[in-house]
Amino acid sequence: MDLSTRYLGFELPHPLMPASSPLADDLDVVRRLEDAGAAAIVMRSLFEEQIVGDELTTYYAHEAPEASYAEALSYLPEPGMFALGTHEYLEQLQRIKAAVSVPVIASLNGTTPDSWLEYARLIAQAGADALELNVYDLPTDPRETAEDVERRVLDVVTTLREAVFLPLAVKLSPFYSALANFAERLERAGADGLVIFNRFYQPDIDVENLDIVPRARLSNPSELQLRLRWLSILSSQRRLSLAVTGGVHNAVDAVKAVMSGAHAVQMASVLLRRGPEALRRIRADLKRWLEEHGYESLRQMQGSMSAGRGAALPALERVHYMRVLQSWRPEDSPARRGS
Amino acid sequence: MGQASRLVLDANEAVASVAHRASEVIAIYPITPSSGMGELSDAWSAKGKTNLWGDVPRVIEMQSEGGAAGAVHGALQAGALATTFTASQGLLLMIPNMYKIAGELTAFAMHVAARSIATHALSIFGDHSDVMACRQTGFAMLASGSVQEAQDFAAIAHAATLSSRIPFLHFFDGFRTSHEVAKIDALGNDDLRALLAAEDIAMHRARALTPDRPVLRGTAQNPDTFFQAREAANRFYLACPDTVEATMRRFAERTGRSYSLFDYAGHPQAERVLVLMGSGAETAHEMVDWLVSRGERVGVLKVRLYRPFDVARFSAALPATARAVAVLDRTKEPGAVGEPLYQDVLTALCETGRARELRIVGGRYGLSSKEFTPAMVAGVFENLSRETPQNHFTVGIVDDVTHTSIPYDPELDIEPDDVRRAVFFGLGSDGTVGANRNSVKILGEETDAYAQAYFVYDSKKSGAVTVSHLRVSPRPIRSAYLVRRAGLVACHQFELLNRQDVLGLAREGAIVLLNAAGTPEEVWGRLPREVQEEAVAKRLRIFAVDAIRVARESGLKGRINTIMQTCFFALSEALPRETAIAKIKASIEATYAKKGPEVLKRNFAAVDRALEGLAEIAVPASATAERGRPPVVPSEAPDFVQRVTAMIASGRGDALPVSAFPVDGTWPTATSQWEKRNIAAEIPVWEPSLCIQCNKCALVCPHAAIRAKVFEPSLAAKAPATFKSDSFRAADFEGFRYTIQVAPEDCTGCSLCVAFCPAKDKANPKRKAIGMAPQPPLRETERDNYAFFLDLPDPDLSRLRQMDVKGSQFARPLFEYSGACAGCGETPYIKLVTQLFGDRTLVANATGCTSIYGGNLPTTPYAVDRDGRGPAWSNSLFEDNAEFGLGMRLALDFRTTRAQQLLTEVGPALAPGLARQILEADQATRSGIAEQRERVARLRRALAPLPSPAAQALAPLCDDLVKKSVWIVGGDGWAYDIGFGGLDHVLSLPYDVNVLVLDTEVYSNTGGQQSKATPLGAAAKFAVRGKETGKKDLGLMAMSYGHVYVARVAMGAKDHQTVKAIQEAEAHPGPSLVIAYSHCIAHGYDMALGCEQQKRLVDSGLWPLYRFDPRRMAEGLSPLQLDSGDARTPAVDFMRNESRFRMVEAADPARFKRLAEEAKSEAERRLAFYRHVAEWKPAGGVSDATPGEPASR
Repeated sequence: MDLSTRYLGFELPHPLMPASSPLADDLDVVRRLEDAGAAAIVMRSLFEEQIVGDELTTYYAHEAPEASYAEALSYLPEPGMFALGTHEYLEQLQRIKAAVSVPVIASLNGTTPDSWLEYARLIAQAGADALELNVYDLPTDPRETAEDVERRVLDVVTTLREAVFLPLAVKLSPFYSALANFAERLERAGADGLVIFNRFYQPDIDVENLDIVPRARLSNPSELQLRLRWLSILSSQRRLSLAVTGGVHNAVDAVKAVMSGAHAVQMASVLLRRGPEALRRIRADLKRWLEEHGYESLRQMQGSMSAGRGAALPALERVHYMRVLQSWRPEDSPARRGS
Repeated sequence: MGQASRLVLDANEAVASVAHRASEVIAIYPITPSSGMGELSDAWSAKGKTNLWGDVPRVIEMQSEGGAAGAVHGALQAGALATTFTASQGLLLMIPNMYKIAGELTAFAMHVAARSIATHALSIFGDHSDVMACRQTGFAMLASGSVQEAQDFAAIAHAATLSSRIPFLHFFDGFRTSHEVAKIDALGNDDLRALLAAEDIAMHRARALTPDRPVLRGTAQNPDTFFQAREAANRFYLACPDTVEATMRRFAERTGRSYSLFDYAGHPQAERVLVLMGSGAETAHEMVDWLVSRGERVGVLKVRLYRPFDVARFSAALPATARAVAVLDRTKEPGAVGEPLYQDVLTALCETGRARELRIVGGRYGLSSKEFTPAMVAGVFENLSRETPQNHFTVGIVDDVTHTSIPYDPELDIEPDDVRRAVFFGLGSDGTVGANRNSVKILGEETDAYAQAYFVYDSKKSGAVTVSHLRVSPRPIRSAYLVRRAGLVACHQFELLNRQDVLGLAREGAIVLLNAAGTPEEVWGRLPREVQEEAVAKRLRIFAVDAIRVARESGLKGRINTIMQTCFFALSEALPRETAIAKIKASIEATYAKKGPEVLKRNFAAVDRALEGLAEIAVPASATAERGRPPVVPSEAPDFVQRVTAMIASGRGDALPVSAFPVDGTWPTATSQWEKRNIAAEIPVWEPSLCIQCNKCALVCPHAAIRAKVFEPSLAAKAPATFKSDSFRAADFEGFRYTIQVAPEDCTGCSLCVAFCPAKDKANPKRKAIGMAPQPPLRETERDNYAFFLDLPDPDLSRLRQMDVKGSQFARPLFEYSGACAGCGETPYIKLVTQLFGDRTLVANATGCTSIYGGNLPTTPYAVDRDGRGPAWSNSLFEDNAEFGLGMRLALDFRTTRAQQLLTEVGPALAPGLARQILEADQATRSGIAEQRERVARLRRALAPLPSPAAQALAPLCDDLVKKSVWIVGGDGWAYDIGFGGLDHVLSLPYDVNVLVLDTEVYSNTGGQQSKATPLGAAAKFAVRGKETGKKDLGLMAMSYGHVYVARVAMGAKDHQTVKAIQEAEAHPGPSLVIAYSHCIAHGYDMALGCEQQKRLVDSGLWPLYRFDPRRMAEGLSPLQLDSGDARTPAVDFMRNESRFRMVEAADPARFKRLAEEAKSEAERRLAFYRHVAEWKPAGGVSDATPGEPASR
């Protein structure tokens, strides 16, 4: 069965790959992912803020007590052996590049246009095959308009497109007022692909200690629907590559995503939960599913359920909404399910 | 001649560079001021830097200097080229091995940064008392006097030992030379290879022990043989001077730098000659040149090879015209005819027959890095001009007791104007020293000039003042003394102008650079009157830059170093401005490149902005300020504090005469209260309405600068207007007022209390019952409030229902305002011990951080209560502290037993029942102790009129009838490593001593070297890649005896357990061991978060909390109670927050992952074992082995 697909210009044997996550932090896991057949490796994001924070924290921790007391001119070993800043990320990128033969996609979250460019260049020099732009930020400034927010992302894409010769994918959140229009502008600005959607690690509240606590929750399959819907819409309108991320937990999920127009299917939660080898099983299941259902190839079903093909646009947009509402029955309530 | 490259570095680095290249095995142990040599060697080997033969030397840190010497001895015996570095007490610990190494004629060179030996006091500073203690070992001793010489003589020592088979002790002055940064001609590998003869190395290896050619070395010999065998080595000693001279000749041929065993400088027909060695000889040389140029017939003879002492060469080097010789020793040998070098010179000149024609006197100078200046050299020459020169004199101090000191003119300054001098006053935390290190490198490497920098530190670890002394000269610099008149004086911290005479070092017309906010007029207006007067009188040009603002705008909080450095270069015009800025940036890049691009970027921005705000301040014709510098100590301070302590605290200790000092090192306690340092930018402010009155803020305060009290409501009437209190909400003191008060001038601003405060505003959880606010506006009012607080009576603690965290903090801390780091994790434990038992405690304190913040002059944090009682404290050594404390216990027990016997004897003559009540008193509680004191007071009164010998003998022993507590306090370096043997022995005995181990998991005081307490996976010096092996389980070892009370605590994680454990330990009638986790700046994170990290540590299972109480076995219970459970959070969550682990991950993520997993499984394994013990039921137990009373609430 031909599962091949084309994503960001790469001919891939199949669409399955790890999503941007801590999976690729560990070289052993990266090797196991490749062994399990991952079509590409996506690294976790290099967060500029985190790097700068890390750098400055270490800088102050090392520097402040230095040369202040006669008996101890320093308190930690000289950092000749290690380096902070982007080094850690770039070295991991190089190590992954050296360890695997599949494309390696780096991921970046910058703060200013200059730093986006600076880091993107470093990533390109370090040998990444493609770059995912994780444009996550939380616009909390009440003076900032939706247009400002989109403009900022578009500027980054424009700038990087001119300066970096890597395929660029933009990883979006679903929270844009005019996503279809925004996608169109991103494509014009030079984006080679869109990854939908980013998941947010929203902080929780510790009511006992009155603290905000960060909480990372793994995805569940219910998150997939939103993504399928927008894949269907965008794949009918755009020519750029589309990847799905968030909620794909098995082969049928992957089938749905591909039918909705995904060229790549990224997974994190299922691989974190079940180990890198889960990718091999999902790939085998996918192959079997296609065989059982008499498909000739994956490409045959790619976009088959996209808006304008399998599903009429209005159906996806409004009618679906109504149908779902009307189809809800009390027995679907989670509260009753357990009883 | 070899191609010389010029480098700017300190002697530690220069020497280590030679030793590392010339060695295969390096065994060391950290000790100031030699630690740098070992650390550099380790760092180089860790980076794979090879020696001359392409091998990476193996650097190993041992458990003590004794261990290092043993390891080196073994390595030498097995044929390796080995070296070590040490100083002071460390060198003393090596002496037994040195005799062996020399007795076996072993080629070996060691390098010593010579330092004082602890006598009446410890001193980390430089003199020759340590090396002089090695005269008899059989080592050759080679003295160098400058950074250049230290490098050169290191090489000569390594070469000469190989050809002579005599081991070499090469030494140079601790700090003055070891830490002086200077420009030198560096020795290349080819230079060293040319010097170290291959055939000598081959011979050394041929002598190695090997089973292929077995020999035996180290026999035991008897009266028939030992003597002759000892004499058999003579010819090697006789040949050694020739060998050294030949080596020096070869060295000169290669490098052009010529040395002799004795180098003479001065007038060829000198009549007065000084003989000395070390850096003082350089200063003397400088002065001699100056005097000779003025027609004086004087000279200096520098001793290079002190052992073997070559009489003939010495005599030959001394001009035939000499009439008077002064021999200067940088050591003191009490009771001797004279100091060692003097005696050697005297003997040598007697043997050559010249003594008759010479007046020879000896003197002491420069003990503990006491300044030795050209003026003092002139004073010594003056002395030699006298008809009868004073013998056995001292120079550089005023001895008004035994009148040994000779006079000199302290105003004499011989430095020519073309030597540019600058002095910088800063705080340790602001990076001033680092910036000046860079500046001197730039000046030395970018110009043909010679450059020198030397740094003076004060004795505090928080808010420490640093003074940097820089010189740039067209000629090599021999000035081994501080700058006395500077053309540029920079003050990087405005507050220092209020504390000391910063401008005293400015010469006429000098430039002054201040870090100050405000307009030029405002800055001038804020200068204290003394400073203004000095500026006017000396016609100073003052410039100011608001470096704090520039730093903030550049994104660098508080790091003003590069800003001030840029301004310095701009004002000094030592380099063209553009060049200077480019060089500063290059040095920033070299220093910080590895620390990340953002750090670089921000520092560059700071440099670029620095000059924008630099403005000259117009100095009016006369001073305008009315306000003068505040007094160093308040007028109500005791006389001794006024006369002595204040002088030391204000940097004028050098001016104190001998008579000012105690004769035996005994000092009053409770003096830190008089030294108001005002170092906190922000201090905590209490919000009573939010407070839950838990007293946790007071518990964790490292400096006893936030305190709690309850008091009768009527007392509140006299309170200052801003004094806050609230009704006390607990039954123990019903109806009382409650207050939390900050000592505004003693707080260091660490904010540990705020982080630890559990009381949040329910409507706005960001607000807590304490929050930080700027100190200056609060200083005056809170000072009054604090004075009122201290005057309030201490509450009667016998009313407390239980002594828990809250109750303990109503007890007065008898350890306050120490010089420990802001946010220190150790001091809260010590403070707690003093709150619980301080009025009856003797402290035996191991050398280390605890002894420095506990006992370093000028002031003492150990304090007294209202009755004048408080901890009595002493520090013996680093290695013997458990034994030292045991000795105290034995003496106390002896005195108590004797007192009890006498009391029994006297009993019938006393009031009925008094003797029995005293003898049978229950002294387990605070009130029990109070009652016993009351009875003892009655006894004392009753004894006075009794004439019997027993009554008279008992009178002075009365206080021994009150229970005393011995606390043996030290860090992990002591307990786990150097002092472990003694600690183990003391724990094995049944005596009632309490051991408090403040476990920072590294040698904190000497700068973060790994100890056996360093946890798996942590990076430390000597474990740069992360420690491979697990932390030693000291607690488990102690438990194995069965009779030792053992507790493992972490105050930040579970304070109740800590308070309980410390009380149980004290109550346990045998030995007790409390291992207390102490966060430390050596862990590499913001200490304000120390308690949160402790929580994470315990939650991760890496630091299980437990108490092992042997008394429980009698109740049929397992002695061990676990006070923390299974790991609840991943170990990496804890580890990633600390630089010591993060740097391992950043360097090698896979290795970090492996080490973190190993750390986790090791913790699990240990916990499983503890659990097994905790569930064990002693045979014949009477109850179920249910876990005991939990320590948590």
